[in-house]
Amino acid sequence: MAEVTLHGASPGTHAAAPAASHAEGQQHPIKLYLVVWGWLFILSACSYAVDYFHVHGYLRWALILLFMVLKAGLIVAVFMHMAWERLAMMYAILLPPVFVLVFTALMVFESEYTLFSRLTFFGTGH
Amino acid sequence: MAETTLGHHQAQGTAPTGWRSFATDWGSDQRAFKNVSWGKAMMWIFLLSDTFIFGCFLLSYMTARSSTTVPWPNPSEVFALHIGGQNVPLILIAIMTFVLISSSGTMAMAVNYGYRRDRKKTAILMLLTAAFGATFVGMQAFEWTKLIMEGVRPWGNPWGAEQFGACFFMITGFHGTHVTIGVIFLLIIARKVWRGDFETEKRGFFTSRKGHYEIVEITGLYWHFVDLVWVFIFAFFYLW
Repeated sequence: MAEVTLHGASPGTHAAAPAASHAEGQQHPIKLYLVVWGWLFILSACSYAVDYFHVHGYLRWALILLFMVLKAGLIVAVFMHMAWERLAMMYAILLPPVFVLVFTALMVFESEYTLFSRLTFFGTGH
Repeated sequence: MAETTLGHHQAQGTAPTGWRSFATDWGSDQRAFKNVSWGKAMMWIFLLSDTFIFGCFLLSYMTARSSTTVPWPNPSEVFALHIGGQNVPLILIAIMTFVLISSSGTMAMAVNYGYRRDRKKTAILMLLTAAFGATFVGMQAFEWTKLIMEGVRPWGNPWGAEQFGACFFMITGFHGTHVTIGVIFLLIIARKVWRGDFETEKRGFFTSRKGHYEIVEITGLYWHFVDLVWVFIFAFFYLW
């Protein structure tokens, strides 16, 4: 049913202009893409600035991760049109990668243990 | 747009919203992704699998880096370029980032013009995207050449931890391969758009049978994903 509505373009919405009778898929104002593009530039410049001005410690990490997440969010939501997809689709695609965080936590413990073993049995390396 | 049409349509019936729509979609005995075509759903699922591959690469690198007793080379210095008598940190990577983001911008616009059936603009924007992608790969080739000349190998480098080389070539190499495949994919589809294969419903490799422009969006999904992966590589490999 939804399929029919989308591809056939419901009469009430699209009948106004003849050219729009073919309207389908993701159509958003070009301006929206340009604004997102601009923001991606700004956020990348901010990431670069973090390195350029030698920000260190937790502040560095907080900023890098913040800019990274904002950029990734903009790309997925607007450029990949996830914001306009069905909820069933969003959950199917966005939830699984979240579980990578569990794997990340495992590997943090693993690497700490490996480092501990190396320091204990092999000294401080070269 | 699609959402609006759908919402308007559903307002007249008793279509569920929110969590309930998720439950009914997944619990139905039909297709789970109602208004999403198979082509698009399959590209998303492929990208999900690719996410795990890149995720594993970045995780292995993180594990190698934080478990080594030898100091890790400082990416800020390793990837600096000597410009105008001084070293500018990470400048090449920054330029590569901007090039890739620009390609994402032109791609998003190409998808838009595709759905508007503006063949010329779609094809030109896709070619522009491909050109940005090729530029990116070119700069990566330069970066690889520079590092190989300086003695970086998968088994060692002049500045510290040996795992640096392996991680670098593996992660950027796999990403560069994706970009290269994307450029080829873009060129193929751009040619079909330019020729009007989707108007004449010409049958062929990657040509949609119904004669509509969804393949441009599917190509776009792949391309934006390549850009998306770079966002993570930029953060975890170059800025860490």
